[in-house]
Amino acid sequence: MSGLELNRITKRFGAVAAVDDVSLTVPQGTFVCLLGPSGCGKTTLLRMIAGLEEPTSGVISVDGNRLNSTPAHKRDFGMVFQSLALFPHLSVGENIAYPLRIRGRSSSEQGARVKELLELVHLPGIEQRAITQLSGGQRQRVAIARALAVSPKLFLLDEPLSALDAKLREAMQVELRQLQQQLGITTIVVTHDQREAMSMSDQIVVMSEGRIQQMAAPIDMYRNPANSFVADFLGQANLIDAKADGPDALVPGGRIPGLSLVGSGGRISVRPEEVMVTSREDAPIHARVGFIRDMGASIEIHLDSEGAHYVVVASPQARPDCRVGDTVGLTIPAEACVVFESGRG
Amino acid sequence: MRRTPPERAADYFPIAYPAFMLGLFFVVPFAIMVAVSFFRRVQGGFYEPAFTFANYGRFLSVFFGEVLVFSLVLAGLVSAVCLLLGVPFTYFLTKLSRKAQVFWLVALLGVLSLSEVIIGFAWSTLLSRTAGLSNLLVAIGVMDRPDAWTPGFAAVLTGLVYQAFPYTVLVLYPSFSRLDPSLMEASRTLGASPLKAFSTVVLPVLRKTLIATFIIVFIFALGAYLLPQILGRPQHWTLSVLITDQAVYQSNMPFAAAMAVFLVVASLSLVVIVAALNRKGAGQ
Repeated sequence: MSGLELNRITKRFGAVAAVDDVSLTVPQGTFVCLLGPSGCGKTTLLRMIAGLEEPTSGVISVDGNRLNSTPAHKRDFGMVFQSLALFPHLSVGENIAYPLRIRGRSSSEQGARVKELLELVHLPGIEQRAITQLSGGQRQRVAIARALAVSPKLFLLDEPLSALDAKLREAMQVELRQLQQQLGITTIVVTHDQREAMSMSDQIVVMSEGRIQQMAAPIDMYRNPANSFVADFLGQANLIDAKADGPDALVPGGRIPGLSLVGSGGRISVRPEEVMVTSREDAPIHARVGFIRDMGASIEIHLDSEGAHYVVVASPQARPDCRVGDTVGLTIPAEACVVFESGRG
Repeated sequence: MRRTPPERAADYFPIAYPAFMLGLFFVVPFAIMVAVSFFRRVQGGFYEPAFTFANYGRFLSVFFGEVLVFSLVLAGLVSAVCLLLGVPFTYFLTKLSRKAQVFWLVALLGVLSLSEVIIGFAWSTLLSRTAGLSNLLVAIGVMDRPDAWTPGFAAVLTGLVYQAFPYTVLVLYPSFSRLDPSLMEASRTLGASPLKAFSTVVLPVLRKTLIATFIIVFIFALGAYLLPQILGRPQHWTLSVLITDQAVYQSNMPFAAAMAVFLVVASLSLVVIVAALNRKGAGQ
């Protein structure tokens, strides 16, 4: 098949398995984010794909060709490093031309390609500048241009936007995604930023402790997290222990009508924006407001009930009338709940 | 720390102490040496104040010219060999575990603690026909019979490289250990083999350090006066040996001073030329 295929990849450093039995298929032309907390093995996995680390076991193949014993410089992949790794002794143009020079392309071909790439990353005409004269965002684009210089089969990025400030990072996320779609290049990005993963990728792969927790399209993963780790890591989640009670589920402070659970109960996840605050006396759940964070575009309300913690995110239009210390009613729609360690009845 | 340039005399206070020490122990002795180089030697005595260029005149001969060229070539060779050995050594050293790095650095510092005399006699034994390394080669059948490798040019070079190698590594080490390893990795993912990545990225990025190390080892080797005498023949004696000979054994201070001044001027101008070439190269 075309694209990247990882088959049962394991990487051990001494007794520690940094990557533990990972299998993954990335079809040609898709944008995949490896998402997880630091130390989850996502960078090690990317480095094995690039050829900078060798897997302890398992097979890496691209378009059906086994790559394990191909050294990094013969894989023809483009990689952007977290530190960007721009060569300080070379100018912008020389940095981008470096992979072409290594491959012995003529200087006129190098010049034309550098010009084309700088236009692609919206930085025309800065060939002569020194790396030290560039801003963070410009360096980012030059590193991307250099990695794309030989039209690689695979575009790998390791935390590429982590050095940029929040605003620039959001703009670059959009730009990187547009660039990827324009070129149709298979792209794998490592990130610990779930917003970044949500806004750029076709598929998100959430990793924890060297293992894949879930692989899905961003919105599917957000709506249907496979386990409580994914629910908690990708966006905010209310993770609540629930008990079965006939057609309803019992939760701290009340019940969720219409959510019937198999067996004695389990853990449920519900997104903060799905929970509604009401002042009605007959609300199914009651909780005490502990903290209100008003961020203008949204209002986050933290509540406590019988030792459990609820988070509600409301829009300013639906501004709930409550203060810290008030006891209010909560409604959790049964259809918004994802149930783990059990099933729906 | 102050970030503004000094304005009043009191602002220079922090550098007063280093300036004083430098003046007392470097500028003053050097000035005395320059002065002595113009003095006149008193046969059977010491010297008397005068202003004569005779000492410099005597120096302008084919013999001393050859010695000067030999000294510069030898120092240049020592620097080159030290860099050729030291650069890969230091590069791989920085890839080792912290513990192994400390071990090697301590071992190199150990070599520095040896006296030049001990190093000289140790090498002269190691390279001798009767007890040297060639006996080992005979024992394993590589050579037919033991050979004397000292005195000779190769022995002088070996001794000086051995002595200068720890300095080379210690000067290279900080830059090599600070070098971002992802530069090398980036070069690899961009299509360069390990050797190509090393020569197109690591060496150019560390060019300033390499040149600085070359100059330091060069000047160090230029000042060597014991090893050429222990491990070399008279034709392998450097200008430093002749200066020592004139000052200590011939009691001709003015002539020794003139040669020393000349050596300082010659090595300083070389340093200036190299630094200028470096700037020109960097400006491209």
